[in-house]
Amino acid sequence: MATTIAPPPVEIELEDLGRGGGGIPNLGWEGPGGPGEGAEGISDNRYRTGMWAALAGILMFFTAFISAYVVRKGLSNDWIPTSLPSLVWFNTLLLLASSLTLERSRHVLSDNSRFSRWWLLTTVLGAAFLVGQVVVWRQLIGDGVYISSNPSSSFFYVLTGAHGVHLSGGVFALGFLLFRNRQNPFGSVNRTPIDVVAIYWHFMDGLWISLLLLLFFWR
Amino acid sequence: MGEAVQAHSVHEAPAGFIRKYIFSYDHKVIGIQYYMLALFSVFLGMTLSVLVRLNLAWPGTEVPILGTIFPEGAPDGVMTPEFYLSMLTMHGTIMVFFVLTTAPQSGFGNYFLPIQIGADDMAFPTLNMLSFWVTFLSLVVMVAAIFVQGGAPISGWTAYPPLSALGEIAGPGLGTGQSLWILSVAIFCIASLLGAINFIVTTIDMRAEGMSMMRLPLTCWAWFVTAILALLAFGVLLAAGVLLLMDRHAGTSFFIPGGLVVSDKLIDHKGGSPLLWQHLFWFFGHPEVYIAILPGMGAASHILSTFCRKPIFGYKAMVYALMGIGFCSFLVWGHHMFMSGMSPYTAIVFSLTTTAVAVPSAIKTFNWLGTLWGARIQFTTAMLWALGFVSLFVTGGISGLFLNQPAVDVYLHDTYFVVAHFHMIMGVAAIFGIFGGTYYWFPKMFGRMLNETWGKIHFWITFVGVYAIFMPMHFLGFAGHPRRYAELTSFEFLEPLAAVQKYISMFAFTTIAAQFIFLAIFFWALFRGKKADINPWKATTIEWSVPTPPPHDNFGGEFPVVHRGPYEYSVPGAAEDFVPQTAPDVATAKS
Amino acid sequence: MFFAIIIWLITLVSVVLTVGKYWWLPELASEHGVALDRQFMLTLVVTGIIFVLAQVALGYLVVRYKDRPGRTADYSHGNDKLEVVWTLATAVVFFALVIPGQSIWASLHLIPPTEDVVRIEVTGQQFSWNIRYPGADGKFGQLKPELTDDSGGNALGLDPDDPASSDDLVVPVMAVPVNRNIELMLRSKDVTHAFFVRELRIKQDAVPGMTIPLRFKPTKIGHYEVACAELCGLGHHKMRSTIQILSDEDYASWLKDQAEE
Repeated sequence: MATTIAPPPVEIELEDLGRGGGGIPNLGWEGPGGPGEGAEGISDNRYRTGMWAALAGILMFFTAFISAYVVRKGLSNDWIPTSLPSLVWFNTLLLLASSLTLERSRHVLSDNSRFSRWWLLTTVLGAAFLVGQVVVWRQLIGDGVYISSNPSSSFFYVLTGAHGVHLSGGVFALGFLLFRNRQNPFGSVNRTPIDVVAIYWHFMDGLWISLLLLLFFWR
Repeated sequence: MGEAVQAHSVHEAPAGFIRKYIFSYDHKVIGIQYYMLALFSVFLGMTLSVLVRLNLAWPGTEVPILGTIFPEGAPDGVMTPEFYLSMLTMHGTIMVFFVLTTAPQSGFGNYFLPIQIGADDMAFPTLNMLSFWVTFLSLVVMVAAIFVQGGAPISGWTAYPPLSALGEIAGPGLGTGQSLWILSVAIFCIASLLGAINFIVTTIDMRAEGMSMMRLPLTCWAWFVTAILALLAFGVLLAAGVLLLMDRHAGTSFFIPGGLVVSDKLIDHKGGSPLLWQHLFWFFGHPEVYIAILPGMGAASHILSTFCRKPIFGYKAMVYALMGIGFCSFLVWGHHMFMSGMSPYTAIVFSLTTTAVAVPSAIKTFNWLGTLWGARIQFTTAMLWALGFVSLFVTGGISGLFLNQPAVDVYLHDTYFVVAHFHMIMGVAAIFGIFGGTYYWFPKMFGRMLNETWGKIHFWITFVGVYAIFMPMHFLGFAGHPRRYAELTSFEFLEPLAAVQKYISMFAFTTIAAQFIFLAIFFWALFRGKKADINPWKATTIEWSVPTPPPHDNFGGEFPVVHRGPYEYSVPGAAEDFVPQTAPDVATAKS
Repeated sequence: MFFAIIIWLITLVSVVLTVGKYWWLPELASEHGVALDRQFMLTLVVTGIIFVLAQVALGYLVVRYKDRPGRTADYSHGNDKLEVVWTLATAVVFFALVIPGQSIWASLHLIPPTEDVVRIEVTGQQFSWNIRYPGADGKFGQLKPELTDDSGGNALGLDPDDPASSDDLVVPVMAVPVNRNIELMLRSKDVTHAFFVRELRIKQDAVPGMTIPLRFKPTKIGHYEVACAELCGLGHHKMRSTIQILSDEDYASWLKDQAEE
């Protein structure tokens, strides 16, 4: 590029350049260089990295709730265990099934019509889970268990609500990719968005199982 | 550039004013937007501190305009105690979130991280734009809290429940104002999380060929570690904020214990734990302190090396120290809570972990001094700020050695000693980092030079001023002066200290006035300043080998290739006293 | 040179103002305060030396290595030996300072109270302190928050049906006997407060929903101010009480006088 300056050539021994002293180990970060730009242009790695980073943040968010749960339960005398409506278990099955159908659809990515069908099923299962969770809330409210009733019920609503908000983001992403796929099929080459959304979805699935175990075994 | 890798840009150069300057995807525009938001906020925060200092030194002063704007909080222009506490709360909140978190990380980081690592933009430009506008929304909500019925909250930037959870009954500003405050902080958390993801991915995946992690400028390391801290910390604050809002509006009792009687009225809550909030808040709050100061350390290192004309001393030690500080910052939150009623055993543990964090901080100081050793120091304005940073970092850091010992903290906790400590280290030192960055990078960002002479005048008044303001606060702490007191008239032991408060206020006003020098030279230079070259400081890192100001994709379609570490100054045998990171390797020609 | 002079001047002024003790801790009046003050002084000396050395070194380096015609900067990336040395040195100094100091904290909080301890309950509220003495029976009566009535003279919600509460004494100011082990039981009615007496070197948050013990042994007869040290609302700055350290006889008669009032 003409607009950038050309630095003067350097005529020295460069062996030691750019290293701070020899003895301290460098954790392997002194390799040949950065990832640079791959032959296919922009590295798709960043979506994957970005998703993992986002999940780390989300994990901290839920860790804060969970530690608050443990602390608040430990020191209270007003804790009345919330019995989980049996519908919760059915919802859980739906969510687990959605992870399986998601994997199924990723497996048949090259066959677009089969992929679309499994993907659609995943989306529907996810949405059904959300609807089921709302029904659970309504059942609890019908039984007179409100968010303000006692700390256990407060946490039940907060945890399921926070998870639901995150999961509805997932459902939205599933639906969005379904729409995109209809216009312009992904196929196995251009699969990054599919894989990244799958990471998120499985994480939300696993997160739900963890929350459920907490809410069930540590009432 | 000698050689370069062809690549296509992430997005096309925008057309039209709105796409270009308002809803821009360009990291450089977004960086400047963040910087301007911080500039607005710092003057707002400073205005609030003027009111705070005025009320402390000359209580009862009539400020007619205040009476007009705030007939409730300042009837006839005389500040009430609750108005004082509102201003105090907003001063802290705005400075911490919208200045110290925003300017050095989101401002400079957004502008220079991609350029310094040889990328054409952040990893996710749209997300980047979103982060800024969410931050903007957060600021709007925060400022709105000042003007609602009852005024801004009076619970301090730490918003300890039950005070912050009970609503208007516990005091003015704790109704709508407090709710907006929590909402704004929650929005800010979301914006910071989005920003943090972007910084992390950009650093990991967007580096140019040859830019290994151990060739990153220390600024990039600082932004990277800061982003990790933000990612892990802000989620926790967000969760805490959600719980606090629930306590206020959904009738839950996470933080509100049972049997409270406020203003002779029994409160209908039970079983909650005020300490739970403190744990969650400080789990965020302590990393937040480092979120404010680490980018300043990065900028100071960068500037020191440039104007010492010398490689940074102990680059690797600096990197590991950054990581060490970042890691330790998650293990020390309890030192804010020695007097809170938590287990005295945990206090000892937190005391020791806090001592551990002092070690990497000392390593940084030694390495800065090591960089100065044998240097050829050029006293540019940016360099003065960096040197000032080192001085303040030491002064603000060592007072931490009092506060990390629970026994000594018994006396000093919540006195002006603490105010002195955190202002020195995370307030003023961080601000010095920001100013250093501004004087250093302004030519690249805006294509013009800031006035060095006026810049130095600005520096000297500010440097002497901050010592004159905050040194005496240590002494107030020695005398046991509690912080957050609106008036000093109720206690006999405070009477002799009023003179010190007056003196501090006078220096505060002088120093604040000097900041208008900065404002003036900033805007003057923006339009009238001397045109800047590509590399006015003869520096080595990549931002100084791209045009001024950089084109839309930073490199004109060709990515740089990096050949060496970031701080190759005064290399023996080189034609000039700096060797840019992108200068091609011709070493083999030596024989 | 200018930078060095300014920074040395700042250092000098700071040291002079500290050593001159123009603003200082008030005279000590408690037993544990001796060790606390000693640790404070030790910390001040250690940090003071670091402060002076660092600022003087900074000033010196800036003068010594100023850009002059003909000067070239050293080309050095650091020295690993030095890194190790100063890392270890600071770690040793810092931990050697901090670890021994923990015993003071331990003696304050981790040693169970003696049999003869004088128990007094302190309850913070916006914006005053309620001090409760158990009376002749040595027992505190039960409290029921729903009975609280500030204007009616029952600020703590003392239950009149509990026989132990009949002789409880609730006063806005405090007196304690000198040279006796005192245990304050800190409570709060509404928001978090903190009980702070400078001369006694004590400070402890009073957190609603908790009863937090605070132990000390006053060693000097006198009259001191009690301040609130945790932001508790708009009247935080005037949440004042007093504490009198009295001889045993004076303490007994003070209690009697208060009960009669």
